[in-house]
Amino acid sequence: MNAEVQKEESMVLQKKMIGEHFETLSKAGESGRKVVYTFVPGNLNELILAFDLLPVHPEVNALQSGMRKLSGDYIQEAEKQGHSEDVCTYVKCDIGMLKKGNIGPTGEKLPPPDLLLLSYTGCFTFMKWFELLKQEYGCPVVMLQVPYQAEGKITASQREFVARQLRDVVVPALEQVSGKKLDEDRLKELLASSARAEDDLVYVWESAKHKPSPIDAYFGGVYYIGPIFTAFRGLPSCEAYYRELRREVDYRIAHGMGPTTPEGELRQQKYRIVVEGPPNWTSFRDFWKIFHDEGVVMVASTYTKVGGLYEQGFRHDPARPFETLAEYCLGCYTNRNLPARVDIIAKYVEEYEADGILFNSIKSCNSFSAGQLMMLRELEKRTGKAGAFIESDLVDPRYFSAANIKNRLESYFQMLEAKRQAA
Amino acid sequence: MDCCYIGIDLGSTTTKAVFLDEHERIMGRGITNSRSNYALACQVAREEAEINARFGLLRKKLEASTSIGALAEPLMAVLACNYALAQHLEQLKALHAECQEVAHAHALPQPELANVGLALDRIFSALATQAELDFHPGSTAASDFFRDLATSQYLKQATAVTRELPVSFDRLVGLFDAAIIRVENHSFAGLYREYLEFATARATADARFAPFAAEIAAAVKETAELRFTVLNIVGTGYGRLTLPFAREQIRSEILCHGLGAHYMFPDTRTVLDIGGQDTKAIQVDGDGIVTGFQMNDRCAAGCGRYLGYIADEMSIGVHELGPLALQSKKPVKINSTCTVFAGAELRELMSLGEKREDILAGLHRAIVLRAMSLLARSGGVDSEFTFTGGVARNQAVTSSLEKLVFENYGKMKINISTDSIFTGAVGAALFAKRDPKGVMADLEVSQLAKNPDCGIAATCSA
Ligand code: SF4
Repeated sequence: MNAEVQKEESMVLQKKMIGEHFETLSKAGESGRKVVYTFVPGNLNELILAFDLLPVHPEVNALQSGMRKLSGDYIQEAEKQGHSEDVCTYVKCDIGMLKKGNIGPTGEKLPPPDLLLLSYTGCFTFMKWFELLKQEYGCPVVMLQVPYQAEGKITASQREFVARQLRDVVVPALEQVSGKKLDEDRLKELLASSARAEDDLVYVWESAKHKPSPIDAYFGGVYYIGPIFTAFRGLPSCEAYYRELRREVDYRIAHGMGPTTPEGELRQQKYRIVVEGPPNWTSFRDFWKIFHDEGVVMVASTYTKVGGLYEQGFRHDPARPFETLAEYCLGCYTNRNLPARVDIIAKYVEEYEADGILFNSIKSCNSFSAGQLMMLRELEKRTGKAGAFIESDLVDPRYFSAANIKNRLESYFQMLEAKRQAA
Repeated sequence: MDCCYIGIDLGSTTTKAVFLDEHERIMGRGITNSRSNYALACQVAREEAEINARFGLLRKKLEASTSIGALAEPLMAVLACNYALAQHLEQLKALHAECQEVAHAHALPQPELANVGLALDRIFSALATQAELDFHPGSTAASDFFRDLATSQYLKQATAVTRELPVSFDRLVGLFDAAIIRVENHSFAGLYREYLEFATARATADARFAPFAAEIAAAVKETAELRFTVLNIVGTGYGRLTLPFAREQIRSEILCHGLGAHYMFPDTRTVLDIGGQDTKAIQVDGDGIVTGFQMNDRCAAGCGRYLGYIADEMSIGVHELGPLALQSKKPVKINSTCTVFAGAELRELMSLGEKREDILAGLHRAIVLRAMSLLARSGGVDSEFTFTGGVARNQAVTSSLEKLVFENYGKMKINISTDSIFTGAVGAALFAKRDPKGVMADLEVSQLAKNPDCGIAATCSA
C-alpha cells in the first residue's frame, strides 16, 4: 500500500461519515427524526445518540463556512441584522447562514432544532448564542450548568452538581423531545465505544513525540478531531475511523515519514512547535502553507483539545455514565483556569520536545484569548522557549492580514534560527 | 578592489542601503523614497550608498595626504555639496523636460501651450538658482529627497509665475504631479563621474584648494574608479520579498532592527521601530539576537503612513509636521490613530477652531501612546532603549516618547540617532557579513554608466 492511498483512507472515511450525517439531517423532516443543536466543548453526544436524536453543531458549521469562504457574506448578513463587529464571529456566521437559508456545509439544508442543548463550558457566548437561536426557532432550550474549574481540578461536589443536572434536567428534556425513555444499556454501549476510539486518538496525539513527527497536531489535528468531537463519538464508524488513522500513523512512523499536508509530505522538520488558540479558518490553507514552507511541524496544540483532553487520562467510563459525562464536561480545555492551561502547555513543550510556542490570539473570541499574553510570558519563563504571538480571527476574513501574520511568523522562525546558531 | 557586504532595507516609504567592510565598519549609506517601483528604489539606494562609500574613501585619502590633510574636511564638504548640487540640477533638468513633454502630450491649445512653456522655463530657472543657494557646505536641507525639495520650491515658484502669466496654477501642479513620477522612475547615479567632475571643478576653483588641484583631481579619479566586490547582500523591509534574492538573503525587519540597534548601541535591550506600515517593539539579548517582539495588528494605525496622510491633508511636507507640533502650547487630546479617519478627524478638529500645531501635537502623542502599549506587551523597557525607523526623525514623536518612557519605566538611557533610519539596513548588512551562505545577486551600478541616454541613465525595467 503506498503512502498516498494510506493518507486518503481516513480522510475518505471521514468525508463519507460527514456526508451521510448531513444527508440524514436534511431528511430529518421526512423521517421524523428529532434534532438537537449543541456545542462542541462538553458535548453530550453519547446521551443524544442514546435517544436516537440527531446532533447539529453550529460551531462546526461556522468553521466549515469559513473554510469554504462563505463566512464573510454570512457575517455581513448578521451585521445587517444589528450584530456588532466585535461579537464572536462563529455566532455571526451561524446567524448569517440561518438568514440565508440554513444551507449546511454539504450544500444541503439543515433542519431546525427541536431542542437547544446548551452545555455551558467556559464560554459565556454560548448562552447568548442559543438565546438568539431560541428567538429564531422558538424551540426549548435546556441548559447544563458546568462550573468553571476555578481551582484547577474537578471537585466531588462539582461532579455531583453536573451529574444531578444530567439526571434531573437534561435526561427528562431529551426524553420529552424524543418521546423515548432513556435506555441506560445503550448509553453504556456508546460510552464504551467512545473510550475505545479515545484510546486510538491518544495514540495518534502521542505519535508526535517521534522525530520526525508523523502528524501535524494542529493543522492535521483539526481533521483528526472531526469525528470524536462531533456527531460520531460512540458510534462504530468513529471507532473505525480512529483505527484507520492509527494505522496510517504507524505506517508513517515505520517509514520515517512526516505528516501529509496540502503541499505534500513535510519532510524537513526544522522546528517543533506547540500551539495555543484556534486556527484561522478563512485562510486555513495559506496559514498552513506558511508553516510548511518554513519546515515547521506542530507537535501539540490546545485547540484540538477543546472537545476533550483525553491524553491527560480521561476516558468515557461506561460503568459510571452520568459521572463520566460530568467529568468530561468539567474537564474541557476552555473550562480550565489560566494556570492549568499554562501547566498543560508547559507539559506539552517538555514532553514533545518543542522548540517554541505559538499563540494565535483570536480577535472575536474573548473566551480563549483573555489572558493569553500573560500565559505566554509565563511559559517563556518556565520553559525557556521563545514564544510567538499572532492575531487573527476564526471566520471573519477581514481580520486576517496575511502580510502581517507572515511577517510575524517569519521573524519568529528566523529568531529561533538565530537562537539556535548562538547556542 | 574593496570588498563589501550590503544590506538593503526596502521600506514602504523609503529604501535604505548600507555598505559594510570586512571589519563590519560602515563604508557608505544611501537612501531614497520607495516610489511605486521597489526594484528601482533598491537600485538607487544602493548606488547612493556606493557613492557615499567612495566619498568616505576619498576623505580618508585626502586626510592622509601630507599636503591637503589639514584641508580635507572643508574640501570634502565643498565636494559633497557640489556633487549633490550637480545631481539635483540634473534632476531638475529632467523634471523640466518631463513637464514639457506632459504638456505636449496633453495637446494644450495655443496660446496656452506657449504660456505654459514660458512659465515652466521661468519656474525651472528660478529653481536652479535657488538650488545654487541651497546647496552649500553646512546647509541643512529640509529633506534628503528630491521630491520633497522640488515640490515645495515648485509650488512656490508656480504661485509667483501665475501672477505674471495667464497660466492656471492647477495646470502647473497637474504637470508637476505627472512629471515627478516619471523622474522618480529614473536613476541618476550613472552620471556620477560627471557630477564628480563638476564638483571637483567647483572645489578647485576655490582659492583654498586651487594649489592642490592636480592632487585632488587624481584622488577623486582614483576613488571614482574603485571597484567594489560585493561578497554578500541581504535584503529586509516591507518589500523584501520583491527582491530578486535567494531565501537566505532575506531577513525580517524585526531581526534586522534588533541587530542593527545592537550594533549602534551595544547595551540596548529594547528597540522600538516605527516604520511606514508597521510598529514593532523588539527585545534583544546581549548579542543583538531578538528574544521577543510585538507588532501592530493588521491596521497601520499609528505608523508612519498615518503621518503621511496627515501631511497630505494639511498640504505640507511630512518633515514639517514635527517642527509644527513642537510649537504647540496646548495639545489637543486625540485617542484615535486610525489612518482611514485621519482626514475627517483632522477637518473636524480644525472646524472646531483648534490650532494646527495643537492638533498635531495631540496626533503625535497618540501615535506614541499606541507604541507604548506595544512596548508594554513586548515585555516593557528595563534597560537601554533605542528608537529606530523613519519616524525617529520626527522630533515631536521623540520628545513625546522620551517623556512617556520616563513616566512609565523610570529614568534610563534612550538612544535616538539621526542615523536610526538606517538601522534595519545596518542589521541586514551585518547578516550579510555573518552569514557566509548568501549568494550574490548584484545590481551593477557600473552598467548604468554605460548607458547614458538624454541625461537620464538607463533604468531598471522591473
Ligand atoms: S469559545 Fe470563542 S469561538 Fe467559541 S463560542 Fe465562545 S467566543 Fe465564540
